[in-house]
Amino acid sequence: MTGVLKHRLFWPSAALIVLLLGNLIFTPHFFSIEIRNGQLYGSLIDILRLSAPLILVALGMTLVIATGGIDLSVGSVMAVAGALACLIVVDNPGLSGVLLACVAAVTLALVLGLWNGFLVSVVGLQPIIATLILMVAGRGLAQLITEGQIITVNSPPYRFIGAGYLLTFPFAVIIAAVVVAFTALLTRRTALGMLVESVGGNPRASRLSGIHSRRLIWGVYAFTGVAAGIAGLMATANVSSADGNAVGSLIELNAILAVVIGGTSLAGGRFSIAGTVIGALLIQALDTTIYTTGVPAQTTQLFKAVVVIVICLIQSPAFRRKVLRTVPA
Amino acid sequence: MTSVLAPRRRAWTIRKYVPILGTLVLLVIMYGIGIVNYEGFYNTQILLNIFIDNSFLLVVAVGMTFVILTGGIDLSVGSVVALTTMVCATLLNDGWPAPAAMIAVLVMGALLGFLMGCVIHFFEIQPFIVTLAGMFLARGLCYVISTSSISIDAPFWKTTAQERIGVGTFTITPSVVIAGLVVVIAAVVLAWTRFGRTVYAIGGNANSAMLMGLGVGRTRIGVYTISGLCSAIGGLLLSFYMSSGDPLHAIGMELDAIAAVVIGGTLLTGGSGYVLGTVLGITVLGLIQTIITFQGNLSSWWTRIFIGGLLFVFVLLQRAVVRRTP
Amino acid sequence: MAETTPILEMRGIGKRFPGVTALDGVDFRLHPGEVHALMGENGAGKSTLIKILTGVYDIDDGAIELDGEPVLFSGPQQAQHAGVSTVYQEINLCPNLSVAENIYIGREPRRFGMISFRAMRAKAAELLGSLGIDIDPGSVLAGHSIAVQQMVAIARAVDISARVLILDEPTSSLDAGEVAQLFRVIRDLREQGLAIVFVTHFLDQVYEISDRITVLRNGRLVGEFRTAELSQRDLVEKMIGKELSALESIEEQAKPQLRDPSPLLVAEGVGRTGAIAPFSLTIHAGEVVGLAGLLGSGRSELARLLFGADKADSGELRVDGRPVTMRGPRSAMERDIAYLSENRRTEGLIEELTVRENIILALQANRGWARPVPRRQQDELVAKYVEALRIRPADPQTVVRNLSGGNQQKVLLARWLITEPRLLILDEPTRGIDVGAKADIQRLVVSLAGDGLAVLFISAELEEVLRLSHTIVVLRDRAVVAQVENTDAVDANSIMNTIATGVTA
Repeated sequence: MTGVLKHRLFWPSAALIVLLLGNLIFTPHFFSIEIRNGQLYGSLIDILRLSAPLILVALGMTLVIATGGIDLSVGSVMAVAGALACLIVVDNPGLSGVLLACVAAVTLALVLGLWNGFLVSVVGLQPIIATLILMVAGRGLAQLITEGQIITVNSPPYRFIGAGYLLTFPFAVIIAAVVVAFTALLTRRTALGMLVESVGGNPRASRLSGIHSRRLIWGVYAFTGVAAGIAGLMATANVSSADGNAVGSLIELNAILAVVIGGTSLAGGRFSIAGTVIGALLIQALDTTIYTTGVPAQTTQLFKAVVVIVICLIQSPAFRRKVLRTVPA
Repeated sequence: MTSVLAPRRRAWTIRKYVPILGTLVLLVIMYGIGIVNYEGFYNTQILLNIFIDNSFLLVVAVGMTFVILTGGIDLSVGSVVALTTMVCATLLNDGWPAPAAMIAVLVMGALLGFLMGCVIHFFEIQPFIVTLAGMFLARGLCYVISTSSISIDAPFWKTTAQERIGVGTFTITPSVVIAGLVVVIAAVVLAWTRFGRTVYAIGGNANSAMLMGLGVGRTRIGVYTISGLCSAIGGLLLSFYMSSGDPLHAIGMELDAIAAVVIGGTLLTGGSGYVLGTVLGITVLGLIQTIITFQGNLSSWWTRIFIGGLLFVFVLLQRAVVRRTP
Repeated sequence: MAETTPILEMRGIGKRFPGVTALDGVDFRLHPGEVHALMGENGAGKSTLIKILTGVYDIDDGAIELDGEPVLFSGPQQAQHAGVSTVYQEINLCPNLSVAENIYIGREPRRFGMISFRAMRAKAAELLGSLGIDIDPGSVLAGHSIAVQQMVAIARAVDISARVLILDEPTSSLDAGEVAQLFRVIRDLREQGLAIVFVTHFLDQVYEISDRITVLRNGRLVGEFRTAELSQRDLVEKMIGKELSALESIEEQAKPQLRDPSPLLVAEGVGRTGAIAPFSLTIHAGEVVGLAGLLGSGRSELARLLFGADKADSGELRVDGRPVTMRGPRSAMERDIAYLSENRRTEGLIEELTVRENIILALQANRGWARPVPRRQQDELVAKYVEALRIRPADPQTVVRNLSGGNQQKVLLARWLITEPRLLILDEPTRGIDVGAKADIQRLVVSLAGDGLAVLFISAELEEVLRLSHTIVVLRDRAVVAQVENTDAVDANSIMNTIATGVTA
């Protein structure tokens, strides 16, 4: 039993389950899932579907944080990618146009990620500062693309990315699942995950062991850019419009929160993809719960603030020493 | 020995001013561009309007300057500004007298900053994550108060909002005067008090500062308290300007404040920079907006792109200056 | 020098940390107007003693008297107020502030609550002048050389409390001219009656400046000597000691002399300014080359250049007869060179990863991320080395942080051995580990060399170096001073002579 309690996914999973069970009080049918017109419906499905962009962004953030960095620009990258895609789709609403839009948007997101990685790994800027630049400029860039308007697209194939269903499952969830699986394979079936953890855990020792940390870090920021780009496609497709200001707003904070809840330390090192996914689901479940209970949706920020502080305090060696009086592990 | 040292020393003293000189040059160039290209730009009122429209941001950025000088960061300022407007509006609508409401929000802002400072100092958690939580917290509290805007009808706010103070043939608002006072006090505190010098010492080398027997903890908590207080003052000025409290006020203001501080020549790693630089930084941001307005065919989003670009240039400039440190 | 009453007396000082006795019954006394060198190798207890003196640590046993009064310092501030100040090697000043501010910050002259910079600069100029330091007090500290910064730190310390001044390795990054400047200031202060504790690794400097020497070894007092009455040779012997080894099980001189005629690695005039003077060195396959020398003599610096961990700024390196430019550790690893670094925690282990992951790290780094070592092969390799090196606990999934020092060291050894190196550089592999693990590692070195591996072996323990090496390279004050064949004629005495004098016996 203590083994279960000590497993690092125990507490986030338990919190998620308790939160979902708590919903039964307000919504007795909360757990019911039904199939209408060959599509899954239900609150749980909604939570899954709505959390897809956050899962993607948090996935990239997990790797960045594992290297000991941070990426504040993910929200802006989402907005830029979404804006570019909508700009293309608005004139080519067909399938080929949508495909072109996706490729273009993800490529642009990749370039932005490479830019961040360049500043961090080659120029040697602190990650928080390096990504702050794109965080500020990216919003402007997104609005430049949309010319300050909200681009509304009328393209069923594009809408499908965010709101469509494939084999009874929401397509966004499938994309997210595929990217999660891909990332898990990429990091755990190759040596990538271990090398990333090594660089984040002890950069000097990693260098002396012959690891090319520069390339690794660069790659991780590039990956985060791509993940944010796909998330931007989803978010804009879901509402069939791109608003340079609103897309991905505050998502960097939610993503960091998801990563931290999932048990990855902000100091870098060990990371957990499963933990991050649970963290992202927990955040979305919290949003949904607050919404269904009728409390103003934005007050979830209060809860998030409390959660961040509590988790960081528990992770803080100084706090354990001074308040809990236990020796940090 | 002196003869060997003299040239190096001079180079170093100049190097200390490189970022702020860069800002000054940039400012002159931008102003020149404005005057050459746009009719009516030379009017001094244009410059004064920058301060009228950005007085709250200036105050917030002054608080941010203290924090960044110690090598920290405060992401909560925008939310604290918004919370200040909300609390202030609510208190006034509940019939509190204006002075009592103002004192209450100032105390609240300082207290929030103080608490964040304590968590940062005593539990050794990164400032970035603590103030991020503070940002969530303050914004969340806004929505607990109300999800929509609350207008302020208190007579004092009405008069302050409309009041104009003549400076020769030009006018400024009381807010500009308050912001000016904050700037002067901050500059004096940083330059000539023990607290202010300790702020620089911590930014230079916090470990050394501690071994030198300076009150590192006290000072570190102090700068976040000051930042909270400045955010509250900024919130008051914003409520004068807007005549309302709104949970949507000042979203992203932390970025503008950080940008102003950095463009004003303060090192993000701490230990070097001036409040005067921050004033210049705010002026640069204001001039960008003004030029874009005068240009007419450039849209407002160019502001963000310009600010991002300037951030990039100044961060690189800082990097070059710091890298040559032995 | 007349015998005065000591200003500071420490008696029977004992300090224990979990699992380690850092100091045991150490006496130390300090007279006004003397420079007192505190000497000892790694783990001798010098830094613990200084930390006790400056109030960073409290003591478990013993008593401290300052000016005849019993004292107990609870922190650096209190020690400073009582008259004990310390200047550290890594200068604890703020580089962004002016010289005058660095001297007076926290104690600035004020008028109406405002700092009077004019008065501060005037005071600073006077103080610096009295120490014979001619610099502008208004200038930024970072613009000055390390030596000047060091002197500013001394000025600050002296101005706060002019009774006991501790200089902790003040000269390690200074050049000869700067050392002379610093010594001039130290002599001035001695004239003024200050009691000065001087910690250094440079023997010449000890003899140049100090009046008295206290030697510590393994947390115990070896003795207090007048510098004039202690030869360099004796000093070295007292520092290194002749340890009665519990490791006699390794047969003396079982070194097979099947040296490959063509050298594996040749260094010619390789050096790095400020780290180690240009040196030449040849290593053959099957040969153990031992580096002997005191702490700070440039042992690790030499090793780091061969591995590419630091870049050499002179000389040429050849591996297999071909010139090599070391661009980083990878350049060395591609040529089958491995380096076990001196500092396990900061430069070796990834503490939160498992034993298995730590062991395969270097091999994996060499293969690149895309070609993972198959899990089965990993398990086999790891199991093999866990068994061969007797790593305990024998569970490869244990987080490496939870292992003892000796087992952690074996994990790092395994990390390099599975890369199948041809040259293995071991930097203090037996430091701070238990006797059993130490014997294991020594036996391993012998057998590896027997298998044709070249080993560069660095150790502070002469006996160990003598027992294992074919060739001994002696370092002193950041330069190679001798290279000797380890024949029967060579013993600890002759090596100690070389370390002490720089001349081959």
